[in-house]
Amino acid sequence: MNGEWGLPSDTQDTFVSFDRVQKSYDGETLVVKDLNLDIGKGEFLTMLGPSGSGKTTCLMMLAGFETATHGEILLDSRPINNIPPHKRGIGMVFQNYALFPHMTVAENLSFPLEVRKIGKSEREAKVMRALDMVQMGDFGGRRPAQLSGGQQQRIALARALVFEPELVLMDEPLGALDKQLRETLQFEITKLAHRLGITVVYVTHDQTEALTMSDRVAVFDDGRIQQLDAPDVLYEQPQNSFVAQFIGENNTLTGRVAEMHADMCVVRLDDGELIDAVPVNVSAVGDRTQVSIRPERVEMNKDRLAPDAHTLKAEVLEFIYMGDIYRTRLRVAGHENFVVKTRNAPDQPRLKPGERIEIGWHPQDCRALDA
Amino acid sequence: MDHRLPPYATTGQRVWFYAFRVICGLIFFFLMAPILVVIPLSFNAQNFFTFTPGMLAFDPDAYSLRHYRDFFTNPDWQQALSNSLKIAPVATLLSVSLGTLAAIGLSQSHVPFKGAIMAVMISPMIVPLIISAAGMYFFYSRVGLQGTYWGVVLAHAALGIPFVIITVTATMVGFDKSLTRAAASLGANPVTTFFRVQMPLILPGVISGGLFAFITSFDEVVVVIFVGSAGQQTLPWQMFTGLREQISPTILAVATILVVVSIALLTVVEVLRRRSERLRGMSPG
Repeated sequence: MNGEWGLPSDTQDTFVSFDRVQKSYDGETLVVKDLNLDIGKGEFLTMLGPSGSGKTTCLMMLAGFETATHGEILLDSRPINNIPPHKRGIGMVFQNYALFPHMTVAENLSFPLEVRKIGKSEREAKVMRALDMVQMGDFGGRRPAQLSGGQQQRIALARALVFEPELVLMDEPLGALDKQLRETLQFEITKLAHRLGITVVYVTHDQTEALTMSDRVAVFDDGRIQQLDAPDVLYEQPQNSFVAQFIGENNTLTGRVAEMHADMCVVRLDDGELIDAVPVNVSAVGDRTQVSIRPERVEMNKDRLAPDAHTLKAEVLEFIYMGDIYRTRLRVAGHENFVVKTRNAPDQPRLKPGERIEIGWHPQDCRALDA
Repeated sequence: MDHRLPPYATTGQRVWFYAFRVICGLIFFFLMAPILVVIPLSFNAQNFFTFTPGMLAFDPDAYSLRHYRDFFTNPDWQQALSNSLKIAPVATLLSVSLGTLAAIGLSQSHVPFKGAIMAVMISPMIVPLIISAAGMYFFYSRVGLQGTYWGVVLAHAALGIPFVIITVTATMVGFDKSLTRAAASLGANPVTTFFRVQMPLILPGVISGGLFAFITSFDEVVVVIFVGSAGQQTLPWQMFTGLREQISPTILAVATILVVVSIALLTVVEVLRRRSERLRGMSPG
């Protein structure tokens, strides 16, 4: 996917723009390859990808800690390639919090205001407001070492916001926290960002975080954006097999296109069985394809499927009770890692290993992607 | 810490356990005895370098402060003290500023030939002093620094820089680079970042390095004899000539004073350093 990722037509003005940006550290291999990305004012955009995919490099170029080898980065229509980091006025939250250990919490927050030569009384008022914003009003006199990880990250967030930047960058800010705290802070950060109307560029490798927090998610791999879409589109309509694999859990079956219609195709799996799928990036009969289907969209009750729908034979290998859901692992078309998730409800059967069943799905839930 | 032997220790381990302590004690004795023996001798009432029978019998009359009185009244000694006090602080200041900058520069990842540069900077510590001194003598003569106050200061600064580089580099290892990035993202220019963020955090290393540099200059005798002239006769130089020309126990009094001052300086700096580390929350109280 080398396309240009512009803004959806119904959104706000462009605030940040990457224009054909490339980055290479050694002059040979490109870490970021031809990045074109527009971020709207007030948007919460997440850069998601495995490590080494170029997402952090993009963030660092935007912050000014790395320079683009080619191309231009625009902030509010101004090129910023030649502006040093300290003059960009971009707030930043780091994974390791990066609080100044020799200053108290209040002094940490006061620091960006002091370097901007803001008067003492105004400074104190802003610091207080920022601390209250993250529910840390009573902690101004503490030192960072006296705070827990979650508290430190709250302070780091307040410090990045206290000088009222319009753009805030977050580099895996919740990576070092435990799951529960992470979820609380995910919610707080999104709420705060929307309330203040700031633009946020958020980097993470945690796809749940990306889905729950963002307006749009840019999935990075191999130095390129593989797909840029709203979370639901990304999850339900992945454009290629990398995105399908990377976002959420995904079942993959391999085969060749057997029939091609306008918005539907039939795929002959490697063991000869036929299934229906939506052609996404296959173009002709005979193309190799990976079909992708989400575990929760697999249907085990034949009555709910269209009468002429193709079904597959499956053997139950494992049944795991997870409380809210059942997770059943099946052998399907020779693949042993085919997972089905069903809601824990009275009408759902609890299958036993060895049982033979028939599964199917609505054709629109199954996508034929690149092999 | 538990220093007792575990119940399963073998005989060999038991023997080693005590032998180890004896060896450590001997090493300490070897290191400390020459320094400690000077202290009682400096209170000798006689003009001798040895313990008189009276001293050994703890006769109060055998002890006196006459050598200390001599140190504080003799113009030669006073001139030497004042020279030392004029040279050491300035040399320390130079060592600390240059050494700290060098350590920070050498801690950057993109500096080429880091190892080689480091080796050159550290070399005054490794090269035999007499060679440095001779080199400095010839070089300083050429550029007109030989026999001048600034010549001695520069020479001592060069000797002190390695200590500062080593101690500051050690603190830089623990310095989180994202702090300077954070400061930049908050709007601080590199100079502000250095003085408000980096400097306070590496201060313990800077202080220890400065202390070593000060003591180096204050104790140094070889280089100053080569590079200095009569006008820069420092305390150690005066002691050295004192030993040769007029064997006087005043040297012992001076030595005692220097030992006490060194210990006091070390203690003060260490206390300050620990206090600042605790304040920063970098080590548990």
